[in-house]
Amino acid sequence: MATQQTSAAARVLVAPSVILLFLWMIVPLAMTLYFSSLRYSLLDAENIGFVGFQNYAAFLSDPDFLSALVNTLVLVGSVLVISVGGGILVALLMDQPVFGQNALRLMVIAPFFVMPTVSALVWKNLLMNPDSGLFAWIARSLGMEPVVWFTNHPMMSVVIVVSWEWLPFASLILLTALQSLDEEQKEAAQLDGAGALPYFFYIVLPHIARAITVVILIETIFLLSVFAEIYVTTGGGPGVATTNIPFLVYKEALLNFDVGAASAGGIVAVILANIVAIFLMRIVGRNLEG
Amino acid sequence: MAMKQSPAKRVGVTVAAWLVAFLIFFPILWTFLTSFKSELDAIAMPPKFLFFNWTLENYAEVQERSNYLKYAFNSIVLSVGANFVGLLIAVPAAWAMAFAPGKRTKDLLMWMLSTKMMPAVGVLVPIYLLFRDLGLLDSLWGIGFVLMLLNLPIIIWMLYTYFKEIPVDILEAARMDGASLLNEILYVLTPMAVPGIASTMLLAIILSWNEAFWTLNLATSNAAPLTAFIASYSAPEGFFWAKLSAASTLAIAPILVLGWFSQKQLVRGLTFGAVK
Amino acid sequence: MKVLVKALLGAVALTSFALPAYAETTLTIATVNNGDMIRMQKMTDDFTKANPDIKLNWVTLEENVLRQKVTTDIATKGGQFDVLTIGTYETPIWAKKGWLVPLDKLGADYDVDDLLPPIRAGLSLDGKLYAAPFYGESSFVMYRKDLMEKAGLTMPEKPTWTFIKEAADKMTDKAAGVYGICLRGKPGWGENMAFLTATANSFGARWFDEKWEPQFNTPEWKATLDYYVPLMKADGPPGASSNGFNENLALFNAGKCGMWIDATVAAGFVTDPKQSTVADKVGFALAPDNGLGKRGNWLWAWSLAVPAGSHKTEAAEKFIAWATSKHYTDLVAEKDGWARVPPGTRTSLYKNADYDKAAPFAALTIESIESADPLHPTVKPVPYTGVQFVAIPEFQGMGETVGQDFSAALAGTMTVDDALAKAQASTTATMKKAGYIK
Repeated sequence: MATQQTSAAARVLVAPSVILLFLWMIVPLAMTLYFSSLRYSLLDAENIGFVGFQNYAAFLSDPDFLSALVNTLVLVGSVLVISVGGGILVALLMDQPVFGQNALRLMVIAPFFVMPTVSALVWKNLLMNPDSGLFAWIARSLGMEPVVWFTNHPMMSVVIVVSWEWLPFASLILLTALQSLDEEQKEAAQLDGAGALPYFFYIVLPHIARAITVVILIETIFLLSVFAEIYVTTGGGPGVATTNIPFLVYKEALLNFDVGAASAGGIVAVILANIVAIFLMRIVGRNLEG
Repeated sequence: MAMKQSPAKRVGVTVAAWLVAFLIFFPILWTFLTSFKSELDAIAMPPKFLFFNWTLENYAEVQERSNYLKYAFNSIVLSVGANFVGLLIAVPAAWAMAFAPGKRTKDLLMWMLSTKMMPAVGVLVPIYLLFRDLGLLDSLWGIGFVLMLLNLPIIIWMLYTYFKEIPVDILEAARMDGASLLNEILYVLTPMAVPGIASTMLLAIILSWNEAFWTLNLATSNAAPLTAFIASYSAPEGFFWAKLSAASTLAIAPILVLGWFSQKQLVRGLTFGAVK
Repeated sequence: MKVLVKALLGAVALTSFALPAYAETTLTIATVNNGDMIRMQKMTDDFTKANPDIKLNWVTLEENVLRQKVTTDIATKGGQFDVLTIGTYETPIWAKKGWLVPLDKLGADYDVDDLLPPIRAGLSLDGKLYAAPFYGESSFVMYRKDLMEKAGLTMPEKPTWTFIKEAADKMTDKAAGVYGICLRGKPGWGENMAFLTATANSFGARWFDEKWEPQFNTPEWKATLDYYVPLMKADGPPGASSNGFNENLALFNAGKCGMWIDATVAAGFVTDPKQSTVADKVGFALAPDNGLGKRGNWLWAWSLAVPAGSHKTEAAEKFIAWATSKHYTDLVAEKDGWARVPPGTRTSLYKNADYDKAAPFAALTIESIESADPLHPTVKPVPYTGVQFVAIPEFQGMGETVGQDFSAALAGTMTVDDALAKAQASTTATMKKAGYIK
């Protein structure tokens, strides 16, 4: 293991990152903590005063808070299931020796490069619009009533848009993992005459388990803070059907301009995110050992 | 499963793969096609797929209204610049964590990742006030700095997982030969780490390119990247789908092209150490 | 790779250090991305030719993003903008806070008395003008003359809500993709709440009584929603709860709406053959009423203002005077035709025969604007000003929350009674917190 000299050197090398990230975390955090104890509305900045935990009490007792918490978990959970499940299928398909493999891969990765705002706008206006969208046209051509996506199935619609953005990422990493499954294993399985399903469950799945945990970890970090897609498509509604925690904080910060409430909401969100994080690290961390 | 397949099965798999890929890609293709339509064709029912009056007027209109190149330039500078600096800070840190891990290295990594979980909108006002006082509002330096910090945890983590797979024996050998720490990093480690570094950089650039909260809120005009360009095309009065499609195509084209050209590279490093 | 990065970093350094070196005054102007504002950008040359020492730097953004940025900036005194585009809601509130510079140096030939009185009143505080109107709007009924005829009805010039319901029922032909009526349903204080608050005024409802007690538990509000929700369910387009101004405009222009009650500026779009498939079939009427003395029309003006503390006040006022002048009107008329002139700000425009000829909706527009009274918006007395909004800082947040509830009622995920009860509860909580009521 590391000698004394290298471990000292290691500290020096790690220091810049740690210091920078620490500052980036602690300065806003301290300011936010401070603001969260104030009555501070941007629109009424002369009237700042200390209110203790009032902002927290208001944020936590807001009936929308609980539904936002549930919405956040539903959104993260559904997108994870769809993108990982779909990602495995797509990766399995892409791993086949098919004609035009490279072109295929390019097409599958593409959505990952699209800005969230753009993809939300495109899905909302060009595809899912119940009147002039492409899906409505397909439904009508098949003699069905077009689905009114963002009104009748708001959360599902948001989940579809977000899953579309993250499916490529999952597929890509899982594909990489699949490709490292060595030929010998594959051939051995073939010789054993293993069926497709047992082969998948006993050989493929364990092999890509680590890749799956990595996908879950990275995606969760980003999915916890999904905002643009909701803002563009449903504006958190109808009612609060698609309001997640970031959107709730956004409402306080940039619609009410209530810095105190938004700061309290921000702190609550940080705490919740860290609970999820600890939970995740437990699972993932173990899987990443060694 | 790459078992020997009958020709029929092979055709079936090929068709299925193409179908899936096409469906995933379709929204982008549709946006691209719409950008060449007139506004009335864009909402025509039944939809016009290929046989419409192809026009470049949306692109002309977009270019007349906003200086695309300025936004694109800012996007490039911000995403490349910020992540290059991020890389300079992250490489030593990841190296040290991978080759001289302490007891707390894992915790440190996880803590770094957890800084990404702070909801941006909750700390907007503090950061805005800081930026105002430091004179960093609407400056490439300020926004670049934020983007760098946003990606730093991911960069470190990706590099760490990549470095961990580099066999330690080689480093030991180099050390025996009396290579200094710096030389060890420069001449032994770096060449081996280049693929990982490259794909890390690529992923980080993509993430910065698409970052739409801080860039929109902290930049106004001089430092405004393509996310701000898009914000001037969403939901104006009147028909806007074709123009929006043109603007969207322009906004994602550079990163799409970069992503496509470097696709193989990206795949190699995106493993996060998950592949053995 | 490295060389490229170095070059780019060098470029960053260059741009960030080189920019302040310009000798001229650069005005950073924050605007909304709607048609009239974009047209103004294209006219920039006319201004810079006359003022070669002033450079214009446009920041064009979608309405909501613009409002967030501008509000954050002015409230924290960030100083990023020299000219702001704001509405009749923000102007009196911000003026009271001392955030805006009074516009008293607009020049001798500006003719401030030519501004339409209700618009001018909405943009003034204590008799001083704090924002100059770029274009103004009220709301009225736009309808399809051909479909109305087919339904065997004639649109009166001053329709009632009862007539609108009857006409909507008769015009609806869902099999043919025609919806009798299109109305806003997308949540937002400037979206569905603008329409619903103005409509509620004509139903005798109000946001607050004289003591600032919220009034969503009154029969008048219930009557408003009990009219709106079933009407939209029976005769409205699918997914109406996510339709705002823009979505409805697209529907109307595609020939899918029998009637549409919305901003008067839309008249210019629906009669423009370049973007409307029904340009020659559109008729207009005043916003409906219920015989209570108030019609359901609102009043709004996108206006230009200068933030307090700006060092470029003089240049900014020069620009504002140009952009909202009669000269600018003439310039647009000359280049793009009279129908494209920004409407609803000046009396003289509505006395202009050329404009009247080019814009068949001019007479009704001015009648709608002049009949809107931001000082006495409701049937019963209220402590606030503003027709489709309440001019207090807390309104944005409350309007947004209530808008969500009403949008949910329209979507059918909540009953009208639940939506009203939620609105009453959330509004009461906010008003208590802000200290209006105990």
